[in-house]
Amino acid sequence: MSGWETVIGLEIHAQLATRSKIFSGSATAYGAPPNAQANLVDLGYPGVLPVLNAAAVHMAVKLGLAINARIASSSVFARKNYFYPDLPKGYQISQYELPIVASGALEIVLEDGTAKRIGITRAHLEEDAGKSLHEGLPGLTGIDLNRAGTPLVEIVSEPDMRSAKEAVAYMKKVHTLVRYLEICDGNMQEGSFRCDANVSVRRTGAHELGTRTETKNLNSFRFVERAINYEVARQIELLESGGKVVQETRLYDPDKGETRPMRSKEQANDYRYFPDPDLLPVKLDAAFIESVRATLPELPDQKAARFASQYGLSAYDAGVLTASRELADYYEEVARTVPKEPKLAANWVMGELAARLNRDGLEVAAARVAAAGLGALVLRIADRTISGNIAKEVFEVMWSEGSSADQVIEARGLRQITDSGAIERAIDEVMARNPGQLADYRAGKDKLFGFFVGQVMKATGGKANPTQLNDLLRAKLKG
Amino acid sequence: MSEPYLRTLTELAQGLRARQFSSVDLARMFLERIERAQGALNAFISVTREQALADAALADRALAAGTGGALTGVPIAHKDLFCTRGVRTSCGSRMLDNFVAPYDATVVANLKRAGAVMLGKTNMDEFAMGSSNETSYYGPVRNPWNPALVPGGSSGGSAVAVAARLIPGATATDTGGSIRQPAALTGITGLKPTYGRVSRFGMVAFASSLDQGGVLTASAADAALMLREMAGFDPNDSTSVDVPVPDYVASLNEPVAGLRIGLLKEFFDKGLEPENERRVREALQVYTRLGAKVSEVSLPNLPLSVPVYYVVAPAECSSNLARYDGVRFGHRCESPRDLLDLYRRSRGEGFGAEVKRRIMTGTYVLSAGYYDAYYLKAQRVRQLIAADFARAFESVDVLMGPTTPTPAFALGAKTADPITMYLNDIYTIGANLAGLPGVSIPCGFVADLPVGLQIVGPHFGEARILAAAHAFQRATEWHTRVPAGYA
Repeated sequence: MSGWETVIGLEIHAQLATRSKIFSGSATAYGAPPNAQANLVDLGYPGVLPVLNAAAVHMAVKLGLAINARIASSSVFARKNYFYPDLPKGYQISQYELPIVASGALEIVLEDGTAKRIGITRAHLEEDAGKSLHEGLPGLTGIDLNRAGTPLVEIVSEPDMRSAKEAVAYMKKVHTLVRYLEICDGNMQEGSFRCDANVSVRRTGAHELGTRTETKNLNSFRFVERAINYEVARQIELLESGGKVVQETRLYDPDKGETRPMRSKEQANDYRYFPDPDLLPVKLDAAFIESVRATLPELPDQKAARFASQYGLSAYDAGVLTASRELADYYEEVARTVPKEPKLAANWVMGELAARLNRDGLEVAAARVAAAGLGALVLRIADRTISGNIAKEVFEVMWSEGSSADQVIEARGLRQITDSGAIERAIDEVMARNPGQLADYRAGKDKLFGFFVGQVMKATGGKANPTQLNDLLRAKLKG
Repeated sequence: MSEPYLRTLTELAQGLRARQFSSVDLARMFLERIERAQGALNAFISVTREQALADAALADRALAAGTGGALTGVPIAHKDLFCTRGVRTSCGSRMLDNFVAPYDATVVANLKRAGAVMLGKTNMDEFAMGSSNETSYYGPVRNPWNPALVPGGSSGGSAVAVAARLIPGATATDTGGSIRQPAALTGITGLKPTYGRVSRFGMVAFASSLDQGGVLTASAADAALMLREMAGFDPNDSTSVDVPVPDYVASLNEPVAGLRIGLLKEFFDKGLEPENERRVREALQVYTRLGAKVSEVSLPNLPLSVPVYYVVAPAECSSNLARYDGVRFGHRCESPRDLLDLYRRSRGEGFGAEVKRRIMTGTYVLSAGYYDAYYLKAQRVRQLIAADFARAFESVDVLMGPTTPTPAFALGAKTADPITMYLNDIYTIGANLAGLPGVSIPCGFVADLPVGLQIVGPHFGEARILAAAHAFQRATEWHTRVPAGYA
């Protein structure tokens, strides 16, 4: 790949988390029986008219403000005309010349830790189409219009990304942001968050952009990375063998791990965009925009910076903990319980908690140990009631049984032994029982120290405070 | 007193309240007239006899209980592009011949709430595209003044039903003159309100930025009463305007003395038949006698109305009619081979020639490479025309001129030449492009055929133009004339 530069721009479609559709009162919930959530407006019946959902506008403005974009004082809905069975009106209502959001940017962090700004050309509101169904309908095509009219915001980036990894980092950043803003549930399996990748390559140092292809409907970060890498390799190979890249729309086949051109029938031709005469321009004044600004939460970058300074965390840890608002909130609650040990709290959230969630395939919100519960456990490490190792056992029990840290510690007698007298008695017993090893140690076999630690821990059921044990044992063994 | 069917809608509403006759009596009488005239005039596509009689019986109960509204028991008809729940709404097209609307248009619901009883759905040019009512899938409507002539269009069925006194009032729509032009050609009163005054929800769209629902009645007073009951802001129509509906009936007697009338210079062009011009000028003398001041006003961009209209309206129609694809409702071809075949044959069989012509024109003007030259330029000229009107209304209260260049013409006379047909709307299109209210009232006859006077007002100036029309009708009796055989 040397000698070539990759240029990537993404068009991300985020389904807005409104309760009803963008131009009708139908519900937007996922998974209803086909056409159960399609009313006459969604079906494009004769005589019906669209009415804009104000919540969708509010959400788009929220996004625009979060990416420091310009919010249009007047934006216009246009009709994108084409025939397809899942497009009931024969046109999609979208925004074309005058989108609601323009000229924003986001910052991503590259692998080497440097930050990079990715420009966002525009973000516009539009309605989703329905779905064609073939499964279980031999020789027939079914149409499910539940999704028709679902509000989307399409976020169009500048061609600012130079690798699949950058594209994924940017997409993750947008994903984090829309969930922070609570304007999209970010569910990629259900298609609530997906993207089209525009990819081209050019000789390193060239100024002209190469011919691009657009790979449609990528609904996982892994697919985005693979599809882009495949496309880059394909284009370079094509160009190096004297061929030309054809500007076209492609589909990614996750089973084969390759992209291929869409059938020409599915290709865009002339959409005959024109302003939708059924809808008035969306007029937004400064007062409205400021009222939306007032609803903005602390944004991911702001939160990460605060975590780093307030809790003394590394930039990396702060980034991990703020990747979702739920995780950040969880961490902060744990940290509040153990104000003196923010780093220990961070280690537990990123370590044991993340591992359990991952193992059980759960989201933070569904964690079996609530933040307050984990905080109580970390507190017991901090106040030396139990050791870190015992704490892991306790956490496991808390996770599976739903009991509190103190309940588990008490019920199982896991309270750490910090009474020097008790530890000394245990040491004395072990020394008395192992005269041979004691003699060897004292003769210079230092490695046997570990043997004695193990024996004492065994004798105390693992509850001896490790630091105390070390100190006392060293002194006793010396004689 | 005269036969009930010769009374105005206002008189019938009063007579019902005074229990001079029952709603069931009226419904029976008008249904009988409708059925008797159907063969000769073809004014109706659907007659809803049973429902009408049931509704009339309910109205009579409300009248007996004294709980009626302004129109309780009054028979009306709807142009067949207003959706009516449970009743076919065909739009005069084979495409929707099988379409039974599952909901009521806002206009239909409003009139229902006021107590009006629907007797049926009237014939119309297919999807309201036409000026002669000859493009209907259900056959042409004939002019009761002379059955060899057209009644105008696209609301020809509603106009003829009122002119022949088959119904005292009917709803209609006006995209480029479809209320005013047939009103003129059949000798009745036709009101197109300000764009946004009447909800378009449930009114099957032709050209969304121009379509406006209105009324066809025997008098301006009737139009005022019907409009008052059907107008108003509708949250289901984003282009309807949230301006209170005044009592148009209460303001009918506003005097016209001192009214500043602007005579539309551009309407008195060489296309205007001299006899028609004479009738219109005589009408203006009536206003002068009543104390109005007439002056000539020029709207220099108005002659561009027809070309602008025939870019904007087809563009919108090409998109609005894309939903008729044979998938969810309406006509579907037999055994389609594949998707493309389904589209091609369903649309090819479902739409008539004029509708196809406009879809193709509209598709062309919106195409890449042509959009700027046609659609965008037309929108700019539209702004200029609207600005001309706005300037005119700085110095006059209403604008007047002929509604049409000629009286009713023969069936088939213009069907071969769409341009000649389109020019029939030359005087009416301007008000649509500017979104202004306009009314056509009968102002005399040429060779036994009615001639219309058009009055255009500023935005939301319905009360003003209705009062002006009413003053004329108090001073003249043209609007009381009924074609021979229907009196």
